[in-house]
Amino acid sequence: MRLILPLSITFVTGMIMVLHFFVPHQPIKFLGDNLQEWYMIVASAAIFLGALNLMHVHFRKIKLKLKNWKYSPVTIIGFMLMFVTGLIYGVTAARPFDFMFMNMVAPMGATMFSLLAFFVASAAFRAFRASNWRATLLLTSAFIVMLGQVPIGAMIWDKIPLAKVWLMSIPNTAGQRAVMIGAAMGVVSTSLRMIFGIERSYLGGTD
Amino acid sequence: MNWEILGIWLGAMLTLCLYSFLYRDNPFYKFAEHLFVGMSAGYWVIYTIENVLKPNWWQQMFPEDGGFNWVWIIPGIFALFMLARIIPKIAGLSRMALGMIIGAGAGVNMVGFFQTNAMAQVKGTIISISSGGAWDIFSSIVLVVGVVSGLVYFFFSKAHTGIVGRTANVGITILMISFGASFGYTIMARISLLIGRCQFLMFDWIPTIPRLLGIGG
Repeated sequence: MRLILPLSITFVTGMIMVLHFFVPHQPIKFLGDNLQEWYMIVASAAIFLGALNLMHVHFRKIKLKLKNWKYSPVTIIGFMLMFVTGLIYGVTAARPFDFMFMNMVAPMGATMFSLLAFFVASAAFRAFRASNWRATLLLTSAFIVMLGQVPIGAMIWDKIPLAKVWLMSIPNTAGQRAVMIGAAMGVVSTSLRMIFGIERSYLGGTD
Repeated sequence: MNWEILGIWLGAMLTLCLYSFLYRDNPFYKFAEHLFVGMSAGYWVIYTIENVLKPNWWQQMFPEDGGFNWVWIIPGIFALFMLARIIPKIAGLSRMALGMIIGAGAGVNMVGFFQTNAMAQVKGTIISISSGGAWDIFSSIVLVVGVVSGLVYFFFSKAHTGIVGRTANVGITILMISFGASFGYTIMARISLLIGRCQFLMFDWIPTIPRLLGIGG
């Protein structure tokens, strides 16, 4: 029962969604339409699970005085601030939740991602340092795209922005398409394995 | 209190705290990092309530014209099953919720991915080379050869020797150019964020300092 019931649910819901695409008539249409919304609702519970887990981890850190526990109250207070103000005042513009999002969460998000510019660039240049001709090709391609994106590229040579456009629209599209088609095949085969109960690792088993 | 200036100062202080990591790991960075994690989690919880649960569940279960739609209890029960994972005694119930998510997700994605990521991409690759100049024809050939050789590189059911190996080598080359272009593009997107933050500090935050100190306008 521990396995059969979840596997049966997976099979039934999976088949309904596949049939929903090929048979857009009642009762499959009704089941498929509802299941799509149910899927969103149940999946959203994972967000709550994640938040509860985050709180659990930080309360545990404080309780056991683990490494960097002094910062855990900051995480807990930050979470509670957003959660409580969102629940009490709502999320409309010019309310406390919106104020904190616009002036704290959004700037911190942008800063965090901009920090990656330094670290991704330095790490990648160290990792891909022209060790062979293909790595050199990668670096050259990246360099042309970066130069083509800024005015100095056109000042050096007016063909650099054109080269950037060509690189992005032809070889980059070709590479991305190969990856996308390959990934789509992988998704189809993995989905079939999951629907038919061959792939069960998501249930915590070993196979 | 001037809320606009308070907002600018909060944003500027947190930005500077996070950039202090460029020097080295320090308590200011750790403070901002932990605050960001907590506030982001709180934001996503509220976002989910407001944009998913209220319109797609609560308002369906209790429609505006009154009444009670009992069918919508079922996803609510499955959602509770998902949360059961935090109580070890009934953690097994979360498998039902996982089963449903995985099943529905697999069903939707199987067809969706095949349509958008496989069929549409193949269709986009089959293009006429009879129109356009020599450069367009060359570009079209590079596109088709790049896609096919890239796919051959990902095909591991046959050993990469002989003609397959040579085609796969062309595929790796195209993929390296593609990854380089994507890498450069990502770096530039991050740089534009960096410029945005610097502009915020220079043009929004710094002008508030004299105002706060009562110097000038």
